[in-house]
Amino acid sequence: MSLRQWSRDLGLGVRFAFAGGREGWIRAVLTAVGVGLGVAVLLLTTAVPSAMGVRHDREQARLDWPFGSEQPAKGDDTLVIAQADTTFRDKDVRGRLVEPEGSRAPLPPGLSRFPAEGDMVVSPALKELLAADGSALLRERLPYRVVGTIGESGLVGSQELAYYSGSTDLASHMEGYGATRLNEFGNPNPSKEDTDPVLLLLILVVIVVLLMPVAVFIAAAVRFGGERRDRRLAALRLIGSDGRMTRRIAAGEAMAGALLGLVLGTVFFLVGRQVAGSVEVMGISVWPSYLDPSPALAALVALAVPAAAVLVTLFALRGVVIEPLGVVRTAKPARRRLWWRLLLPLGGFAMLYPMIGQGQTNGDFNQYLVSGGVILILVGITALLPWLVETVVGRLGSGGVAWQLAVRRLQLSSGTAARMVNGIAVAVAGAIALQMLFAGVDGAYTEATGQDLTRAQMQVRVPDGAPLAATAQKFADTKAVSKVTALWEGYLGDSSWNSENGPNLSTELTVGACPALREVAKLPSCKDGDMFVLDGDEYSADGPQMNKPGKKLYIEPSGSGESQDVLWTVPAGITEAHSVKGLTDFKRGGFLMTPSALPAAAEKLVTGQIYLSIDESVPDAYEYARNTAFHVAPLADPMMWSSTRQDTKFTTIRSGLLVGSACVLLLIGASLLVSQLEQLRERRKLLSSLVAFGTRRRTLGLSVLWQTAIPIGLGLLLAMGVGITLGAILLKMTDTPVGVDWASVLSMTGCGAAVVLLVTVLSLPPLLKLLRPDGLRTE
Amino acid sequence: MNAPGGSLLAAENLHKAYGPTMALAGAEFSIHPGEVVAVMGPSGSGKSTLLHCLAGIVTPDSGSIMYDGRELATMSDARRSELRRSEFGFVFQFGQLVPELTCVENVALPLRLNGTPRKQAERTALSWMERLEVDDLGKKRPGEVSGGQGQRVAVARSLVTSPRVVFADEPTGALDSLNGERVMELLTEAARSASTAVVLVTHEARVAAYSDREIVVRDGKSRDMERVI
Amino acid sequence: MSIGHTLLGLLESGPRHGYDLKRAFDEKFGHDRPLHYGQVYSTMSRLLKHGLVEVDGIEAGGGPERKRYAITDAGITDVEQWLATPEKPEPYLQSTLYTKVVLALLTHRDAADILDTQRAEHLRSMRILTDRKRSGDFADQLICDHALFHLEADLRWLELAAARLDKLKAAVIA
Repeated sequence: MSLRQWSRDLGLGVRFAFAGGREGWIRAVLTAVGVGLGVAVLLLTTAVPSAMGVRHDREQARLDWPFGSEQPAKGDDTLVIAQADTTFRDKDVRGRLVEPEGSRAPLPPGLSRFPAEGDMVVSPALKELLAADGSALLRERLPYRVVGTIGESGLVGSQELAYYSGSTDLASHMEGYGATRLNEFGNPNPSKEDTDPVLLLLILVVIVVLLMPVAVFIAAAVRFGGERRDRRLAALRLIGSDGRMTRRIAAGEAMAGALLGLVLGTVFFLVGRQVAGSVEVMGISVWPSYLDPSPALAALVALAVPAAAVLVTLFALRGVVIEPLGVVRTAKPARRRLWWRLLLPLGGFAMLYPMIGQGQTNGDFNQYLVSGGVILILVGITALLPWLVETVVGRLGSGGVAWQLAVRRLQLSSGTAARMVNGIAVAVAGAIALQMLFAGVDGAYTEATGQDLTRAQMQVRVPDGAPLAATAQKFADTKAVSKVTALWEGYLGDSSWNSENGPNLSTELTVGACPALREVAKLPSCKDGDMFVLDGDEYSADGPQMNKPGKKLYIEPSGSGESQDVLWTVPAGITEAHSVKGLTDFKRGGFLMTPSALPAAAEKLVTGQIYLSIDESVPDAYEYARNTAFHVAPLADPMMWSSTRQDTKFTTIRSGLLVGSACVLLLIGASLLVSQLEQLRERRKLLSSLVAFGTRRRTLGLSVLWQTAIPIGLGLLLAMGVGITLGAILLKMTDTPVGVDWASVLSMTGCGAAVVLLVTVLSLPPLLKLLRPDGLRTE
Repeated sequence: MNAPGGSLLAAENLHKAYGPTMALAGAEFSIHPGEVVAVMGPSGSGKSTLLHCLAGIVTPDSGSIMYDGRELATMSDARRSELRRSEFGFVFQFGQLVPELTCVENVALPLRLNGTPRKQAERTALSWMERLEVDDLGKKRPGEVSGGQGQRVAVARSLVTSPRVVFADEPTGALDSLNGERVMELLTEAARSASTAVVLVTHEARVAAYSDREIVVRDGKSRDMERVI
Repeated sequence: MSIGHTLLGLLESGPRHGYDLKRAFDEKFGHDRPLHYGQVYSTMSRLLKHGLVEVDGIEAGGGPERKRYAITDAGITDVEQWLATPEKPEPYLQSTLYTKVVLALLTHRDAADILDTQRAEHLRSMRILTDRKRSGDFADQLICDHALFHLEADLRWLELAAARLDKLKAAVIA
């Protein structure tokens, strides 16, 4: 077998692939698009590990806290840096105030020089956001002049919001707030990349779910126009090519589509890479340059895809003997057996089973087991479906003529019918499982924080030294703030906080005016000067034990410097009060004091906390409060509470997934249409003779509909069953409560059904055209 | 006029063009109940078009076709389809049996299209298959029987509704002479005994010899050979 | 094949000498079997006797080869009748049919009519044979089939000739 002969035969096949006129082209292009999608997804897949790696490395390289045990001493090579993160709408902004202390101070990655005070260097995404129309509130919070952009090396993603602003006197914030002195950035011993196992699972499942239907589609696509090809091959046999040659020519035809697909796939990938640079998924975005598949893997894809196409063709031809006078299919295949078909999905479940419950708690999923399991389960559909169709169709009883025609046809060729539907079933099952997983994980991520929204949605810590009442007033005057509750909070211990082990018992101290105190406890009466002790709950029930008149309690010192104990002696007659879940989602314990009851010495040891209720009906309601907080304390990052974190990231990824699945379904639909039309044309003569003896067009149209609808209906049922089961297992694996997301199940199934309907509707005009009696003429 | 009195189906001055091709240019035809008329002529002469017009499958561009006192050319498509279902039968050269249905289901199909319940339709079908000596093929599919057997099944199907006219377009075209003659024998015998008229399009003289009368179509015009002599 | 009718037909285009008649006959129909002079003279004297031809003139020197014959009205009617009568369908009559068709073309009559008439006659015979075959025993069937196949061959030839009349006309008249 010479190489030349091989290449000659394959080349002949390639020529045939495009020689079939318009239909030949459509087939080749459809195959190519399918292969192209597969290649693009594969290339993206091979690029993901490196992208995650690059991201992680960048993250490690810009870490800005000292890794040694001690902060370096001030020198001309040091820098003081303070966190000034903020949040705008749902997006986190990474903010840093920097103050170089000398000419050799380390530059943060991505910066070419330090911004002067009042200037800032921003990420491209933040620059864009600041310039946007609706961002006035953010500009108010970041009133610095933009003097440059952070380079790619200083960001972990194209969509990251970040800024570095020049500042002075940061060193004074080194106590209490997050200012730090550094002489270098980055972790000197970079940690190993440590991806969230759930995220990794999601990525793996997404890839498998997108790839599988494409693979099934390719497998079906290379068989497009099978009957016509068979005839062509038979003609080749007649003029003297041997069996092997014909097979090679057939393989060449398949390869043509695959090669064109490789080209398309590369284009898709390049386009997709640019698109990937502009989207953000779960708060993660990447630069197009991150998506750089390793050359070895890319080469593997380039070789494996055409090879797979050729192998599928040869596999499909194994039961076919091409004779010079036509194609003989080896005798009617034996009845399909169930047992080995069940092995595939069962094997898949067996691979996934050991990982159930590993989820958030103990880490890593075995990537191979996950992918293998999911693949086996999805491939299992393609094995089960032919059996299911055959079994069900074999049992379908009689009905009208249309029904009988459809059922009989399916009985005779259930394999073809199942093959056409396989892709849709796999796509739908995968999408359902994935949607369930997303919905479940989504649910976990947006779990209720339990905050009583009638009271507070935001908490701001008042910086030391700022007057509480005046600060509270500032917030009260802020737009969209409907209620302000100001409390001082501190801790009491039963022995010195400076002792070696600290106090045995400790409890909270909350100071505030009567209306504020009533937010945290049920008080029968209250006037200034009153004190209360709270019953608390299981977390902080030490209060009553410490309420021993005459007992000396130590107030927790603030900061690290002060070491002198401040004591408070428990007076007699403190009223017991019942604590309520108030501003926070926990019941407070410990002591409540009205302001005049607080010992003067303790005043500096309590921290002011302001709890804000926000009127969410005001657009950008939170941003006003955040701006006020910024003015009060530029380094404060208000704590946000809300009942469910509105997580739009998952919504986008889920709708993206829906769109992706819909595209795959459309592609499969297009191929369904092509083969449907092909079948119709082959039956042209029969159809016209049926019309001749008076068959209603409606009857024939209905039989075409049934013929598609029955296998698709079965396919969708199977897909729903498998999809929900797989989704449940994946959720169990992530230790998330199992819930079926019926909306997505129905929408995916609906998509599948819509495709069938569309295909039937689109094939009706050609059918009616075929049904014209002219069909009898051409002989 | 040319349509003799008492004819079941008569056509006058039929014209039909397919694009620039004149398939019929003034053709005429008539047939009596129970009569077997052969339509002959070279290929492309328009004999199949004549049959399609007569059977209401194709509407002529002009001319009249009277069936049993009714004008066929102006009937609605639905009405003509119904007529074809109930009063006409059809046999074609090949490719007319639905490959997925068994032979008996194929024969029963026209009855089922008319709304006869399945059991009853298949009983009637079987009795016709018996007359055409193919009742042993009931459970087989068309792909599993020989050409001659398949054609006999097709003949059984054309007769199963006891139609008044059977249109047979080259019914033996794909058969060898022995099988072809057997099919013709059975067809004409069954038709005569049920006084079904048969319009037989053929190019084979020996098949045409089973007819009572012959019409030759040339260049879209018909010629009744009985009136030649 | 009727030589009398053929010679009569040839005379329709104008009076000819016996010698010319022989030459014309040989050229159109006698490719494999030319006529003897004797056949011509005996036929012509029979036709003279029946009044179908007359002597148009005699050249000096006497002798039968000097006579010029012309067709009479009765002769024309006779040719007409002969052409219109279908031959009894039997094997190997192409030569007669061929003669008739050519004569019709030469005399500007409708040759297609001749073929159609013959065709109808053939089919009639075939119908009779088919009927006999249906009711007859096995031997009858075989005998009928033999005849049917021959008749079918004739009929095919008739169809072929009908389809090629234009070409034939061009060839004959040229």
